[in-house]
Amino acid sequence: MPGRDDAGQGAPVTVTMAKAINMGLRAAMEADPKVLVMGEDVGKLGGVFRVTDGLQKDFGEDRVIDTPLAESGILGTAIGLALRGYRPVCEIQFDGFVFPGYDQIISQLAKMHFRSLGKLRVPVVVRIPFGGGIGAVEHHSESPESLFVHVAGLKVLACSNPVDAYWMIQQAISTDDPVIFFEPKRRYWEKAVLDVAAGPLTPLHAAQVLRSGDDVTLLCWGPMVKTCLQAAEVAAGEDRSLEVIDLRTLSPLDLPVIFQSVRRTGRAVVVHESPLTVGMGAEIAARITEECFYSLESPVLRVTGFDTPYPPSKIEEDYLPDLDRVLDAVDRALAW
Amino acid sequence: MSVTASFGGREGRPPLVQLLTPEGERVEHPDFAFDLDDEAIKGFYRDLVLTRRVDFEATALQRQGELGIWASLLGQEAAQIGSGRALSAQDYAFPTYREHGVAWCRGVDPLQLIGLFRGVDQGGWDPRESNFHLYTIVIGAQTLHATGYAMGIQRDGLVGTGDPRRDAATIVYFGDGATSQGDVNESFVFASVYNAPVVFFCQNNQWAISEPIERQSRIPLYQRALGFGFPGVRVDGNDVLACYAVTKAALQRAREGSGPMLVEAFTYRMGAHTTSDDPTRYRLSEELEHWKLKDPIERVKAYLSRNGIVDAGFYAGVEAEADELAARLRAGCLSMPDPDPLSIFDHVYVETTPQLRQQREDFAGYLASFEGAH
Ligand SMILES: Cc1ncc(C[n+]2csc(CCOP(=O)(O)OP(=O)(O)O)c2C)c(N)n1
Ligand SMILES: [Mg+2]
Repeated sequence: MPGRDDAGQGAPVTVTMAKAINMGLRAAMEADPKVLVMGEDVGKLGGVFRVTDGLQKDFGEDRVIDTPLAESGILGTAIGLALRGYRPVCEIQFDGFVFPGYDQIISQLAKMHFRSLGKLRVPVVVRIPFGGGIGAVEHHSESPESLFVHVAGLKVLACSNPVDAYWMIQQAISTDDPVIFFEPKRRYWEKAVLDVAAGPLTPLHAAQVLRSGDDVTLLCWGPMVKTCLQAAEVAAGEDRSLEVIDLRTLSPLDLPVIFQSVRRTGRAVVVHESPLTVGMGAEIAARITEECFYSLESPVLRVTGFDTPYPPSKIEEDYLPDLDRVLDAVDRALAW
Repeated sequence: MSVTASFGGREGRPPLVQLLTPEGERVEHPDFAFDLDDEAIKGFYRDLVLTRRVDFEATALQRQGELGIWASLLGQEAAQIGSGRALSAQDYAFPTYREHGVAWCRGVDPLQLIGLFRGVDQGGWDPRESNFHLYTIVIGAQTLHATGYAMGIQRDGLVGTGDPRRDAATIVYFGDGATSQGDVNESFVFASVYNAPVVFFCQNNQWAISEPIERQSRIPLYQRALGFGFPGVRVDGNDVLACYAVTKAALQRAREGSGPMLVEAFTYRMGAHTTSDDPTRYRLSEELEHWKLKDPIERVKAYLSRNGIVDAGFYAGVEAEADELAARLRAGCLSMPDPDPLSIFDHVYVETTPQLRQQREDFAGYLASFEGAH
């Protein structure tokens, strides 16, 4: 297991999520010399969120590459490197800046394996800090996950906590399909105890029940996991038992875990920051309706961002789903 | 004007158009002349000082938690004031997020810039009034907008009419890092093949966040223009007179129908990339010390003082004006109301949709449900 035999790294450590991803990248780079890190400011600066801090110093400029300022260039050359046998991990500085590289991802990266009849593999990981809540200016707070989930050929993940992040980034890097890896930027500084000796507790494409409950299932990922856990805590004080599932993997979805829970609770609320229309919630609601119809006590409800551009930061808290909006949906589901 | 002389690098260092030395001495250049009087230079001095004060005050407001972030123009005042003052009223400017000096020249109230960085809106000014477009944060995107706008000016028959009050051009600002983007290179191609009246004004401040210019280019940026089929010039970006003269010539050329030109203003980002950045992680302070000697304001001051053009009263007057401006900005920032939460739903479409109207109503109802509750 990468990272296990690191001298002095055996004991559990308290780390932020940014640090956990950093450690995961380091472990992957140590385990496989073909793993490269590339992006804007990832070298000397260590990335604007310091996720790649120290990697260039230790692995050199050939493996940790400060690229020219061009996302299409980053993605396109990553594809070429992958064709040559490398495993590039591209950092996109902020969610809103992936779009100059979107064409390379959608038209080239996602389809390469299919159109080469399986002969070509392009194991590129695209790391994207995503979501709002950090008081940023435009293009720094978006949640574009469904724009990638909609595209066949891409695996799409979203981590929510340091322990998962550490393992998921390594599992993503060892995946032979292209992976879009979403990191909830407002949770970068949240801490948890990481025991690298424990090994990954969860397979990559598995959802995880973080809190068991009987009344309503909350389905969430990335930044909304913490919000939903808090909502469940508050609800418990009002005698409402909420189950919280961190989906972790958005493409593919771990549907059996979702179905199992909803069949038991009979109610589901999907929570995401991205807009409502054609968001992940729509797909999940449709799947639940198709598979769990007779178990449902209420329609599947969605708590999401609005169908608007991300607003100026002074009113972003009104846009973002919060505890109250989640609990409001829970009330509505229960009152149905 | 002959721009061919400045086309390729001569022997040795790339030619740098300079009309005012760091010591404040006027010098001549064979291709570009500064054709205004000392009154105008006094005006530039005032612009430079006030712009820097806007920047200082905004930085202070950010430190005090009043702004989310601020992108400082420190060190780039001359590039922005020189080029901004070269514009005619009918020209249209497309900025990045750092063009506070150009905004000043276009008559945009700095309070509007502060509102954007405070997170109240995404640019409250009316670009049609100021001919100053909204700030563009996605690197390089605006270069294509400027080119398309210039193609529109062409189609309106406002290039080469010979009437200086009618002929128009666009100017687009971008950084050294931006020159790597596909959009910027595509804008060069479009502008070139359509001979569009656009001036590409690149502020090469040597850094794109932590990445030095070597990560973007192995040749001086102005030389890139040649490969696209139009002239490029490198100007001392800390020399307000040279920036004015070169931009004016480039705009004039464009308005006359001679097509695009690339102006590389060679300057330095004296501060951090933004207030979120820590440049000590990636660059040496010696570099900063070196560029301090080339300060864009000091050399104008040296010129004005040395030649007895102004007295102490002039400087005191500008300083007092700066204090007043800073106080107004501070008060204006602190009293700026937060936007109405329901404004999230405004302006998404020209004609809103039934679904969005419903979402707005639902959210209004939801917000109302809290009234009286707390
Ligand atoms: C498409 C895109 N990618 C990344 C960013 C993040 N970013 C903001 S400013 C910047 C550096 C820009 O450098 P340069 O063009 O030299 O302009 P400067 O900031 O120096 O004025 C980067 C990478 C962005 N805004 N847009
Ligand atoms: Mg720059």
